[in-house]
Amino acid sequence: MAFVWQFAEVILAIALAPLFVGWIAQCRAWMQSRSAPPLTQQYRMLRKLFSKDVALAQNASPLFRAAPYVLFATMVLAAAIIPSVVTDLPFARAADAIALIGLFATARVFQSLAAMDIGTSFGSLGARREMMVGFLAEPAILMVFFNAFLLFGTTDLTSLVDNHASHPSVIDPSVIFAAIAFVMVLLAENARIPIDNPATHLELTMIHEAMVLEYSARHLALVEWASSLKLFNYACIGIALFLPWGIAMHGEHMGAVLLALAALIVKLALCGAGLAMIETLSAKLRIFRAPEFLAMAFLVAVLGLLVHLLLGANPNA
Amino acid sequence: MNAQHVADFLNTVLIHPLGLTLAVAACWPVIALACLLRPHSIRYVARFLFPAGALVCVAMFLCAGTFLISGHAPEAMILPLGLPDLPFHVRLDALSAFFLMILGLSGAGISTFAAGYFRSGEGTAPGLLGLHYHVFLASMAVVMLADDAYLFMVAWETMALTSYFLVTSQHRIPEIRQAGFLYLLMAHLGAVCILLCFGVMQGGSWQFTFSAMRSASLTPFWATVAFTLALLGFGAKAGLVPVHVWLPEAHPAAPSPVSAMMSGIMLKTAIYGLLRITFDLLHVRFWQWGVAVLALGLFSGVFGAIFAAVQTDMKRLLAYSSIENVGLIFTGIGLSILFAASHMPLFAALALAAALIHALNHSLFKSLLFLATGSVMHATRQRSLGKLGGLIRFMPWVAALALIGTLASAGLPPLNGFVSEWLLLQAFLFTPQLPHAFVNMLVPLGAAALSLTVALAAYVMVKFYGVIFLGQPREASLHEAHHSNWLERIGLGWLAAGCVVIGVQPQLALHATGQATGMLVGRAVAPEPSIWRIAPVAPEQASYSGWIFMAVILCVVAITFLAVRLLAHGRVRRTAPWDCGYPWQNSRMQDTAEGFGQPIRHMFGAFFLMERTLPSPADLTPRYRIHIEDRFWRVFYKPLASGVQRLADAVAFLQGGRLSFYLLSSFLTLLGLLVFLLWH
Repeated sequence: MAFVWQFAEVILAIALAPLFVGWIAQCRAWMQSRSAPPLTQQYRMLRKLFSKDVALAQNASPLFRAAPYVLFATMVLAAAIIPSVVTDLPFARAADAIALIGLFATARVFQSLAAMDIGTSFGSLGARREMMVGFLAEPAILMVFFNAFLLFGTTDLTSLVDNHASHPSVIDPSVIFAAIAFVMVLLAENARIPIDNPATHLELTMIHEAMVLEYSARHLALVEWASSLKLFNYACIGIALFLPWGIAMHGEHMGAVLLALAALIVKLALCGAGLAMIETLSAKLRIFRAPEFLAMAFLVAVLGLLVHLLLGANPNA
Repeated sequence: MNAQHVADFLNTVLIHPLGLTLAVAACWPVIALACLLRPHSIRYVARFLFPAGALVCVAMFLCAGTFLISGHAPEAMILPLGLPDLPFHVRLDALSAFFLMILGLSGAGISTFAAGYFRSGEGTAPGLLGLHYHVFLASMAVVMLADDAYLFMVAWETMALTSYFLVTSQHRIPEIRQAGFLYLLMAHLGAVCILLCFGVMQGGSWQFTFSAMRSASLTPFWATVAFTLALLGFGAKAGLVPVHVWLPEAHPAAPSPVSAMMSGIMLKTAIYGLLRITFDLLHVRFWQWGVAVLALGLFSGVFGAIFAAVQTDMKRLLAYSSIENVGLIFTGIGLSILFAASHMPLFAALALAAALIHALNHSLFKSLLFLATGSVMHATRQRSLGKLGGLIRFMPWVAALALIGTLASAGLPPLNGFVSEWLLLQAFLFTPQLPHAFVNMLVPLGAAALSLTVALAAYVMVKFYGVIFLGQPREASLHEAHHSNWLERIGLGWLAAGCVVIGVQPQLALHATGQATGMLVGRAVAPEPSIWRIAPVAPEQASYSGWIFMAVILCVVAITFLAVRLLAHGRVRRTAPWDCGYPWQNSRMQDTAEGFGQPIRHMFGAFFLMERTLPSPADLTPRYRIHIEDRFWRVFYKPLASGVQRLADAVAFLQGGRLSFYLLSSFLTLLGLLVFLLWH
């Protein structure tokens, strides 16, 4: 039974991820008073890309052709590990939150290597910027997980959700700091404004788009699908860390799972709207302001940690 | 009947693992002497004796591995060798066995590669190289087996000298001679510290066996002095900042198998020495020591990664990356001392296991990468990153195997580098439970420094792999780059297989450390819940499974590939890369190694001493030059060197060449000693 849930959850993630990206685009268009593309725009794009012929650079190596599949596979694995609807997942024990950071790093390195493969200037420019954002973001997100560990004594996401459910009254001020830091890292890691602009093709500012410049057709479809899955996964990690209410526990009946599914969709819709609002309200930063942005995320997370430790050190608190 | 003999033999072997290990180690000097029979024959030395040396390495790996798995008790022996009344003591225990296992595992790959790598007419004659190489291997094994300070120092010095000769095998190049001299100097400064450390640790008993040192009781002050000397001495060998300066000079100077050997194995002897002294020979440990080691380790980690990111020579880049990895190992050791001194043995065992596994992992992937640079250098005659590129098309084997090493070195799951870094981060999670106020708040920030180091390592490795193997060839001559030979590929493949196996099945490595951590801090990491995953403390707290990672990624790749082929199509049209509407682009317009380091120079500018010359807009032949120097040279080493020089000048008048003056000074010394004796 657990494997059925596991399988269903992965399929759900793969299916919902483009919709989530479409929803953010729609919210953003509403907030900016533009007419919005249909919610299914992402699916149409994927279908179009899958039916086209691949235009492959002459000097592309096998690494370049394999990378989209590897990217997609790492994101599917991450979706299998993160508890989004139920916590009774056989694969969830394969990795805790720290190993998940490693998994995302694997995807990042593969994407950067593939970007360098053709040898155009934009590819390696994007690769180096992506790796830079990566090494700036990792300490910050680690501090967020550290904070979660101090609160719940685990970095395993399923146990975290279970512990959260069994102590619903724990509201620590450090959580707020951690949540702010997490959202900042989410924006940076998923190539969103203010670090990168998913809608841009202005060469000097782009990161993600520069890396995928040489990809076309089914390869591009897989890369784009993987990046929407990444955003979906990050949103689900955020939900598991900060808003886990409603996720179904192990061995429960169908009704609880359906309720959890509904809760997930509502939470994702709210998250998407929130992300769209942040992106509407902020402007894209210069690339060399990115370190400041992520250093800020790190400091906020550390502040949360220190707040927790200082309050914890005082027995009367 | 034969089976009976074999069983009897195995029994005696298992009863006397130490004797067997010594016998295996003794094969190396024999091979070394055999190298001298026909020193100029490359076919005899490289194609026959080096593979034999590799087989001895495999035997050593098996010996040490069975010792670790069987859980045999430590075994000691007194050899009928050495000075009169000062026989050599040897001992095999879990710690030595773990490091002997590293020696055997990496040594096998390196020796196989070396068999295909060495060519005649390159520097020292092959016979002499073979002699130094195998004596080097044997001396490292003896360092790990020694059970008295005397044998330890003899083996330690043999190791330093043979590696010096190996580093300077291309001695006609002045830079290489200079690098070799710097290495020898630092090695001896380190050796002096270690010698003094042993002198302190005998604690007035004047017994220099390790068992006497274990029972010596030192005051906290003298224990701290001994520890500081050990940290300095072994740190100098390991390449810990600030005594790291020899490493980025010596590693690039040596032939690639020797660089691999030094970085992969020799640095680990220093780790072994520090662990032996701190956890085994000294009977007390203070948490302040742990904080010092932790701080030095983290600083070395960040420092090494930052410097690696701005290098343009591929072997220097790897040398700095070794400093970074040594930093991570020291971080684990420091954390372990901190936990052990605070009576938290389980977490101490976790940190120590992470350090040990990282030593093993680093030995595998760094040897692999150094050897890969050797193949690249032989194929292209280039070592500067600015003149390479696109080699994945001409050397697919080396590129594929180097990719495994690159990913492992970048600390990515499901390969081995990730396992030790994950364990180390797990150990950091428990630092807020330390009983020392403020330390328990500051040390968690170390976890952030650690993750910064690991992420920077990924940056460095993307640069390393991307600039060498991907993109377009930056020089026309690269199109003639030839394949590596099959011995080289076997050597690379062996090490790559090690990276994958430990990454996918980290239980093996964790199990192998169990004996050693049990011996040193009295605990082993919690037994794994299943063979499928590791959970160092408790499965509901954190767990990791390399198997599931590997299996799911491979399955999803296969399923996606098939699904795309079945549901869509597999049509490909080959075209030129997109040129942004500017068709005059050439391979020189790719991002360079300097360019890839630019964000790091921009962000961490305070670390570097940079000299940059930019071309003016009117230059007809514009040149861009950047020189990056280690600040430690100017702040620390140059004043030290000039101070020593001044001191030497000041006492040079003693050496005036007049016999009467020499006699007078001898007489005065004798007189002084007599007074000293009487006075006591």
